[in-house]
Amino acid sequence: MRAARNLIPGTPRPNPLRTFRAQQNRNAKAPLPSMIELRSVTHAYGDRPVLHDLSLRLTERRIAILGGNGSGKSTFARLLNGLIVPTAGSVAVDGLDTRRDGRAVRQRVGFVFQNPDTQIVYPTVEEDLAFGLRARRLPKDEIARRVSAALERYGLDRYRHQPAHQMSGGEKQLLAIAGVLVLEPAHVVFDEPTTLLDLRNRRKVIELLRGLPQTVIVVTHDLDMVKDFDRALVLEDGRIVADGPPADAVPAYVARLG
Amino acid sequence: MLGLYLHRDSAIHRLPAGVKMGGLLLLTLVVLALPGGWGALAAGLAGAGVLVAAKLPAGRVLRELRSPVVMLTLLFGFQALLAGTGWEDTAIAVARFAALILLATLVTLTTRVMDMVELFERLFARLRPLGVNPAKMALMLALTIRFIPLLGDQVREVRMAQRARGVERNIAALFVPLLVKILTMADDLTAALEARGYDPADPGPEPGPHR
Amino acid sequence: MLSTRDLVLCALFAALLGGLGMAPPIPLGFLPVPVTAQTLGVMLAGTILGAKRGGLAALLFVLLVAAGLPLLAGGRGGIGVLMGPTGGFVLSWPLGAFVTGWLAERFATGANPLRLFAVSVAGGILMVYACGIPWLSLVAGLSLEKAAFGTLAFVPGDLIKAGVAAFAASAVRRAGVLPIHA
Repeated sequence: MRAARNLIPGTPRPNPLRTFRAQQNRNAKAPLPSMIELRSVTHAYGDRPVLHDLSLRLTERRIAILGGNGSGKSTFARLLNGLIVPTAGSVAVDGLDTRRDGRAVRQRVGFVFQNPDTQIVYPTVEEDLAFGLRARRLPKDEIARRVSAALERYGLDRYRHQPAHQMSGGEKQLLAIAGVLVLEPAHVVFDEPTTLLDLRNRRKVIELLRGLPQTVIVVTHDLDMVKDFDRALVLEDGRIVADGPPADAVPAYVARLG
Repeated sequence: MLGLYLHRDSAIHRLPAGVKMGGLLLLTLVVLALPGGWGALAAGLAGAGVLVAAKLPAGRVLRELRSPVVMLTLLFGFQALLAGTGWEDTAIAVARFAALILLATLVTLTTRVMDMVELFERLFARLRPLGVNPAKMALMLALTIRFIPLLGDQVREVRMAQRARGVERNIAALFVPLLVKILTMADDLTAALEARGYDPADPGPEPGPHR
Repeated sequence: MLSTRDLVLCALFAALLGGLGMAPPIPLGFLPVPVTAQTLGVMLAGTILGAKRGGLAALLFVLLVAAGLPLLAGGRGGIGVLMGPTGGFVLSWPLGAFVTGWLAERFATGANPLRLFAVSVAGGILMVYACGIPWLSLVAGLSLEKAAFGTLAFVPGDLIKAGVAAFAASAVRRAGVLPIHA
């Protein structure tokens, strides 16, 4: 709406506070103590336990979380950016506690969901990309710059003013991912990003993941996608049953499925 | 989202939405205040003038007007037949509103949906002292526009599924799955908004939602 | 204060009203007028979201109709329709949803379909007619009684809708997906 239109001309009117915030954000990218740590994490929905006493340090650049339906892997993913805080234990991202510093954690950890339809929140592509940046109160010219860069980088330029509704499923997922990456998080968690995609779009997303400079954590059933990852965790009934390089963990997972 | 907007290169189209809405409000008050048929005549003339100035096709405008005019005419005929006396007053009332509906339709046809939405957002900002949060209203309007086509698809999809099962006329069977779908969508959408840093406690930048 | 989830629910129900307008009306053999499900959406917004959020959802919808989106049954929209003879029936939806919700929060907090039916009738029919009929009478220059008489044809359809709304709301409540004070 007005947002989108105001974005384009972008007369720079620097606000010192906002510029400071923007710089802080940029610094957030710098690879400081890049690590997510779970300490004795237990989580339950009401009296239904989902995760049991997990303690882990996630430091690798590419990490896969494998597990069947109901294994707790989606809950696990949501713990990593503070969308869910554990019923017991704690999760820390680069030293920030998800319970105490939820907002700061969400700035560091981007999250991409399975279904792009419920992630795209604004009617047109350009406005949607600007959404998270506006929520973060970045200055207008900074928003315009980042949105334009993202449109170009993810091949969405020709859709700029188009309703998201008219895009294909793959393009929508690309937009959803772009909407997260435009925030320049230090870590990105993907919850089954390829499940709803056809083969061609699946390849596109995998390609995109491969090129990301961030730490990437992917919850998936897509075993093929994770074979060149640095580490794979297998969850079953809320417990880690295998942990290691995909060459070891994936066969272990497949064997358990059998 | 084009809506009912009909693009033409005209001065009327270029007028800000606020001016057009303000003008409509003013004219409505004048028409309702003027005695007898004068109001209807004034509004009718104004409408014809705007129609020409906006370079709109009369046929299309009349089509937009068809359903209220047909209804008004039917009611009027009904009234005249039954009552016999005093039908002149009814005729004047009908003519007045027909003219006002023409004017209102012209505003809609010459104003982009987004311009109107922006106007509403500016009005919400004025209502801040009454506890209205303009940033939240703006976000909800945007979300609604985004999700209307999606829910249109859902309604069609669920109806198709019901038809396949032969329960087409059972509207209850339409609504339960639809509601369950909406409520799960609400969960996902809430998580997605918050994952992207949306914080409802944030009062939003002053003065408008997007500045 | 509205939470993120509240904003999302209001927008989704407003969009549901729009989506229902896009679908062709459902023919019910024994009724003279086809049933558009939109007032059903108004009742559901009230019973499921409660007074504040339900009223807000319907308000968002009416604003977008006023903005020129063709969201009313038959692809109609714009300020002209709202100012027309039946405009009062649409303009009253926010109030109708609010009243339905207000009553539901007090008298129909459970899954009892009869209570849900009663509050849907009160908010979604009585309240809507209480605004729509005077409006019709004003615009069409009719006496109130005649305007009321003219709307009688819609009452059976609206009662059926209240029944469906009650049934659906009851099913959702029983499933425990969303308690009214969520």
